[in-house]
Amino acid sequence: MNTQELFVLPDGVITVSYIVATVLFILALGGLSNQETARRGNWYGIAGMAIALLATVFGKVSQNYDLLIVALLIGGTIGIILARRVQMTQMPELVAVLHSLVGLAAVAVGFASFMDPDKKFTGVDLTIHDIETYLGVLIGAVTFSGSIIAFGKLSGRMSGKPLTLPGRHWFNLALLIAAIWFGREFVMQSAAGGGLDSLIIMTAIALVFGVHMVMAIGGADMPVVVSMLNSYSGWAAAATGFMLGNDLLIVTGALVGSSGAILSYIMCRAMNRKFLSVIAGGFGTGGGTVAAGTGEDQGEVVAIEAHEVAALLADAKEVMIIPGYGMAVAQAQHTVHEIARVLRDKKVNVRFGIHPVAGRMPGHMNVLLAEARVPYDIVFEMDEINDDFPDVDVSVVIGANDIVNPSAQTDPNSPIAGMPVLECWKGKTTIVLKRSMATGYAGVQNPLFFKENTRMLFGDAKDTLDEVFKAL
Amino acid sequence: MKIGVPREIHEGEQRVATTPDVVSQLIKLGFSVAVEKDAGAAASFSNEAYEAAGCEVLASAKDVWSQADLILKVRAPEGGEESLLRADQTLICFLGPGQNPELLEQLTKSGGTAMSMDSVPRISRAQKMDALSSMANIAGYRAIVEAAQHFGRFFTGQITAAGKIPPAKVLVIGAGVAGLSAIGAARSMGAIVRAFDTRPEVKEQVESMDADFLMLEFEDEDGSGEGGYAKVMSDEFIKAEMALFAEQAKEVDIIITTALIPGRPAPLLVTAEMVELMKDGSVIVDLAAETGGNCELTEAGKVVVKHGVSIIGYTDLPSRLAAQSSQLYATNLRHLLTELCPEKDGEINVNMEDEVIRGATVCTGGETTWPPPPPTLSAAPKQAEPEPAPVVVEKKRSIFGPIAAAAIGALALLGLGAVAPTEFMDHFTVFVLACFIGYMVIWNVTPALHTPLMSVTNAISSIIVIGALLQVSSTDSVIMWIATATVLITSINIAGGFAVTRRMLEMFRK
Repeated sequence: MNTQELFVLPDGVITVSYIVATVLFILALGGLSNQETARRGNWYGIAGMAIALLATVFGKVSQNYDLLIVALLIGGTIGIILARRVQMTQMPELVAVLHSLVGLAAVAVGFASFMDPDKKFTGVDLTIHDIETYLGVLIGAVTFSGSIIAFGKLSGRMSGKPLTLPGRHWFNLALLIAAIWFGREFVMQSAAGGGLDSLIIMTAIALVFGVHMVMAIGGADMPVVVSMLNSYSGWAAAATGFMLGNDLLIVTGALVGSSGAILSYIMCRAMNRKFLSVIAGGFGTGGGTVAAGTGEDQGEVVAIEAHEVAALLADAKEVMIIPGYGMAVAQAQHTVHEIARVLRDKKVNVRFGIHPVAGRMPGHMNVLLAEARVPYDIVFEMDEINDDFPDVDVSVVIGANDIVNPSAQTDPNSPIAGMPVLECWKGKTTIVLKRSMATGYAGVQNPLFFKENTRMLFGDAKDTLDEVFKAL
Repeated sequence: MKIGVPREIHEGEQRVATTPDVVSQLIKLGFSVAVEKDAGAAASFSNEAYEAAGCEVLASAKDVWSQADLILKVRAPEGGEESLLRADQTLICFLGPGQNPELLEQLTKSGGTAMSMDSVPRISRAQKMDALSSMANIAGYRAIVEAAQHFGRFFTGQITAAGKIPPAKVLVIGAGVAGLSAIGAARSMGAIVRAFDTRPEVKEQVESMDADFLMLEFEDEDGSGEGGYAKVMSDEFIKAEMALFAEQAKEVDIIITTALIPGRPAPLLVTAEMVELMKDGSVIVDLAAETGGNCELTEAGKVVVKHGVSIIGYTDLPSRLAAQSSQLYATNLRHLLTELCPEKDGEINVNMEDEVIRGATVCTGGETTWPPPPPTLSAAPKQAEPEPAPVVVEKKRSIFGPIAAAAIGALALLGLGAVAPTEFMDHFTVFVLACFIGYMVIWNVTPALHTPLMSVTNAISSIIVIGALLQVSSTDSVIMWIATATVLITSINIAGGFAVTRRMLEMFRK
């Protein structure tokens, strides 16, 4: 027994520390409202976490300090190395991995708490505590396995295509019912002193559910999935907080949970899709009239060469660059920035228009452009610049498709009808960089490509942009 | 294949069908190029410049015609040139197959292939080969330059110590490519510009060039004809139009007429009386002089002064800007050759399935292929009407749903409150309030920072580590080890989440 209690903080001090930590976490999230305060916000977050940890370590931990410190150091080192090494294009994968860790922690804490011989609950308290444990483990397990699959899809280790098993909705329903039934069993067995088996079975069910849910969701719906898992990791923390009766966990979990939920909502709105239909997986399950317009009757596409693009850009006064996932895939953000810089030196007003679901996670494009040192005050959200397109001389669409598809507005039968899109076709000229004439994620032909004022620049975005840059 | 460019022999023609710049691009397509000695001299392209671009310079036109497989010219063959075309040769130039049936017949008989730059269909894909537009652009610009030379005053208005200079007033009739180019040139010299056209849709283009569009109050007659040209208008319309011009003639200093209807004599727009109405020293530039002129008093190819008004009837305005027009024409030709030679192997393939090539080819293999069938694809697929924006039918949401949900929620909460112990309800209160705070705070986050938001929420959701910390001192070794492992993975998350957020935020800069 290495009981080496340095000093024990009184409970009141711990509570105050937790309150301070809570406030700091709220300030951390509030700081993200703009780029200037965001850095300070991050420091608030770090401070809050440090205070919470110190208070807990000195107030609640009575032994095993050595183990604790070793675990903290190893984990912290791994985390910092991960954060240093990660490419900005890999951010969605990293975030998915981190989510899975939160989920795993929730499962572990739940199990440990359940097995704790010192717990002393009876009657309703025990039932409630069991339900809390059960929920915490359930959400944690779904978060864990779902995030692992999301990581696989985002990193390309697994196919991004949605896996649509026959009768998958029934399968999900069966899993849900089984989870509820085992929950009841668990509470009843727990009152009699057992219940570990039910908890393990339920965990397995939840893991399968998480895997199946994310498998059924396709690549471009990933922004929704990633933010949904973000939300789940919060709810898992909140459930754990209930289980432990700890307000700091509850508040933090609720903050993170609602943050993820709002992000999911924003992403769904940006795709004009229902949250449930995204989660149910597949695309266009509702409408049979996919791709109302095929390529044939739409006219011709006009190809353009890189040096002509350069000439167009050099002569323009207003340029709008619309990046999509293709830019991230081709790692073209640095070249894009170089082009933007040269044009800005020539007094061309270059701006970036970002669709909320461009890329694979919320704000993905912003981070990539920031990495390439594009100043954030020329990067705009869709709603900020959509009305400006009539004044734009040249719009450059880089590896994006559905988010610039005019049929979302004109064709009520289109699977993406009603989705807000960047109206680049209202500008004088649109240049679309694309590898081929393949359709976008939604499988919808894009009439933009056939518009008279659209020019197509075929090829890998990085290579063609390099050529454009040279020509400038 | 060898491309041959003979010197133009038409009197006064200064253009040349290729320039040193374009030669190097043609060589990239796999062709070899030969020009006749001094072919570009009149357009200020020296033999040395051609040679430097990798081009052979041949001594005579005969050498060019006999050695080359592909002849590029500006003007139609004349003065014996027409008999030089061989059956295995291709000729590309302005042929005017409609105006020169004899020439077309003779070329057909030769068995060779002839393509006419003025027959390239006017569809969007072929814009880069549209030599007529290139030339019209130059003609419009030059028309203003000529007008300025014959006009005795400034174009721009000024107030000087020596008195006021009124700005010149310019009327451009016909706002096609040439008209718009003239508007642009006159505007940039400072003149007040008005423009008239029978096609109402060009109003926007005219206004975008900062000129006034003269509207004719007339029962909506639309003058748009096929291929972007104007069509012949009704008598009443012309009468109203004439009245407008007569009124304008009294006021303006310079009139540029550019009205052309394909295959017909130019419409008469400026009568002798109108010329009389104009102030002395005024100028008329008639871009339609070649097909009879828009002005009654125009004499093709000459400048005449009638009733004190200089009337310029030059038919060779593009040739008067030879270097520029040669460059544009040569580029148009290069684009056509790029279409003809998709493999970039220096061999041309006259693919009669291709609409543009089909349209331009007037004869091949002893057969006349002009006129081509009407274009199958118009520049803009003609839709009856732009589809009206879909009326979004707002589904009337049933008010029953939300009320039912709220009722169920309230009942569930009441039920919970009835059985749950106080301690739980305290935590629950905190939870609900925290959800609301989260809701308020997150909506303020700028979308640009959504990724950092996710990573920072990730880091702080690792507060779950507290659960593990409480368990790490457990006497049960299983629990202790589980807790230690949890501390380890959550600390990855804490450190990783905050560090990566910091890294990202550092990158955001103005």
